[in-house]
Amino acid sequence: MEVFLQQLINGLTLGSIYGLIAIGYTMVFGIIGMVNFAHGDVFMLSAFIALIFFMLVTAVVGTGAGMIMVALVIVLFLAMFFTALWNWTIERVAYRPLRGSFRLAPLISAIGMSIFLTNFVQVVQGPRNKSTEPMLNDKITLIDSATYAVTINYKQIVIILTTVILLAVFWYIVQKTPLGRAQRACEQDRKMAGLLGIDVDRTISITFIMGAALAAVAGVMYLVYYGSVNSADGFVPGVKAFTAAVLGGIGSLPGAVIGGLLIGLIEIFWSGYVSNDYKDVAAFSILAVVLVFMPSGILGRPEVEKV
Amino acid sequence: MANPVSAPAARQLDMKAALKEAAFAALVTFGLCIPIIAWGTRSNMENVLVLDPRWDAVAWAVAIVFVGRFLMALRQQGRSERKSMVRFLPHGTFAFFQRNSRIFSVFGLGFLITFPIIAITLTGWGGALKWIDNFGVQILIYVMLGWGLNIVVGLAGLLDLGYVAFYAVGAYSYALLAQKFGLSFWILLPISGILAAFWGMLLGFPVLRLRGDYLAIVTLAFGEIIRLVLINWTDFSNGYAGISGIPRPSFFGIPFNASDTGFAAVFGLEFSPLYRTIFLYYVILSLALLTAFVTLRLRRLPVGRAWEALREDEIACRSLGINTTNTKLTAFSLGAMFGGFAGSFFAARQGFISPESFVFMESAVILAIVVLGGMGSLWGCAIAAIAMIGGTELLRELEWLKAIFGQDFDPTKYRMLIFGFAMVVIMIWKPRGLISTREPTAFLKEKKAISADMVQEGHG
Repeated sequence: MEVFLQQLINGLTLGSIYGLIAIGYTMVFGIIGMVNFAHGDVFMLSAFIALIFFMLVTAVVGTGAGMIMVALVIVLFLAMFFTALWNWTIERVAYRPLRGSFRLAPLISAIGMSIFLTNFVQVVQGPRNKSTEPMLNDKITLIDSATYAVTINYKQIVIILTTVILLAVFWYIVQKTPLGRAQRACEQDRKMAGLLGIDVDRTISITFIMGAALAAVAGVMYLVYYGSVNSADGFVPGVKAFTAAVLGGIGSLPGAVIGGLLIGLIEIFWSGYVSNDYKDVAAFSILAVVLVFMPSGILGRPEVEKV
Repeated sequence: MANPVSAPAARQLDMKAALKEAAFAALVTFGLCIPIIAWGTRSNMENVLVLDPRWDAVAWAVAIVFVGRFLMALRQQGRSERKSMVRFLPHGTFAFFQRNSRIFSVFGLGFLITFPIIAITLTGWGGALKWIDNFGVQILIYVMLGWGLNIVVGLAGLLDLGYVAFYAVGAYSYALLAQKFGLSFWILLPISGILAAFWGMLLGFPVLRLRGDYLAIVTLAFGEIIRLVLINWTDFSNGYAGISGIPRPSFFGIPFNASDTGFAAVFGLEFSPLYRTIFLYYVILSLALLTAFVTLRLRRLPVGRAWEALREDEIACRSLGINTTNTKLTAFSLGAMFGGFAGSFFAARQGFISPESFVFMESAVILAIVVLGGMGSLWGCAIAAIAMIGGTELLRELEWLKAIFGQDFDPTKYRMLIFGFAMVVIMIWKPRGLISTREPTAFLKEKKAISADMVQEGHG
């Protein structure tokens, strides 16, 4: 039981990170019907940006107990801004000219972008793992039985809380603001939304910016949680987050979060109870099984085929 | 605008607007560079990460983007209507090539067959090894993989992102069977192909009802699963360490070594490692040509026509009584079979294989070759493979750049970077691929070229 609880906490932390990335996939797919293959690499890039800013900021404010939180908040906003700028540029350069082109073109362009980003970061920052000192590692003991103590790290609390707060903000933007309304309108019918005076290109740009900002949050959290990042780290979390988006029902925002949490939990329980070696196999198998047997996911709308 | 003078004035270049655009692009570039280029992370002697400021690199990047964007803006203003971004070749070049494709095929074939001789004449015995191995064999492997995948993606329209899995199946089949049972390359080559085709059918079966992007993602997942199993199932595949000491192919029983019964001694030649390379070159050349031949013949068979029909419109196919299940499965397994052939050749050539050779990136590269070449076009695939693989291999030859950029400059580092960038640029330039017109295989009285732009994308 104690082990189960501990795994639950770890799984929720990991799932929050996947959920944040998954939102970027699901929003872009919802609005332009394209699998943004480079999103995992945008996430990796954001972790690097966060690492560099973290080192710059802590050099100024120091690494005291309270100061590290201040530093993290500053880093979070800086990383969100600069990652959003990157994703805006990527959309502008690599995807927008291909809108309305044939179906495979944006996907190939996105794969090219993904290869470019991985290697760009590898060239400018080197191929080795970049690690920081572990931070926020103090633990709170929740249950202390004779054999096993269930603990929660400060960083796990920070990750879960940040995710919840940002999701709430995000939910508000999508549901209550004119911007969110424009996004949902474009999702339903882009041509009609354009006819009714919505600037479709701008809305799509903003979607990419929001997706990147959330990926940047995930990037900062990833850095805090694992303390190290590598230029090849974008692919597997990217695919897992995509799995999460599909599992939750692609195009559905709450679905992406639920999917992310589920994937995080499955991964942790799988490596805890079955085998650590095959945890990625489990994630990929879920992806295949879900796509084959329930392509509309948990909360997605079933796709109606029109002839 | 009542003033008639304003009309020619509008043709004049608007420097201010161009400068404005360039400045904006430069500003964005500066923003992009700030965190990731301006500071490099480096582990110092105590293994603590430190930052190296690199503002000179940022300045270079900003300057290049500023000038580039400025020139592009001027260029765009000079045109009244929007044309394609770049035109390296005069209009109708591709059409000319296609009209005379038979002549060019003969020329191309002649060049390929004589390539080792040309390489030896031009660079001598020492230098030719590199050219035949790195360029000839390497490019031909990708041409063959491209042609194999072309059956799945180009003809049947099934987007497969896990093709490298079949390549891996072929390679491991050869490596394991040759080591455990000592069978020869020529027996194992068809066996590897059959095993890969079997896996193609096995993996193809569950994904039949998926289409488009979803199919791509599921095949990606299968490809990764196979690789991860190869990594983790160490009893079977020796995991990360891979399999080394794979028997090399022999010349119909005569090994390529320096012994008395070796190839050189039997034919009374002086021993040279080049013979094996030349032999391998001809093996992969004939395998690739076999793939092309089979593809060309299949396109004229009912099954090939069914593939192309499936690519254009799956629903129409089903209404006309084509068995889509069988059609898709044949495409999947035939494509996989050629992947398996190429895989077993790869294992035989390298003598060492590990899961590292079968990462997703390989699948992406092969798919890129097919799509960039223009789906369904054998010529396009070959040109794309030469451009992408040969072009990036050429980077190894750019040692002289060290004289300009200093000793630390290593052009091979930029190989995949340029590859990814080229994929994006070619897609923007020619979204339908380099050769985007198709010749109909079935026609009434006369052939009319179909421009791919007019063909609606199938859903398959």
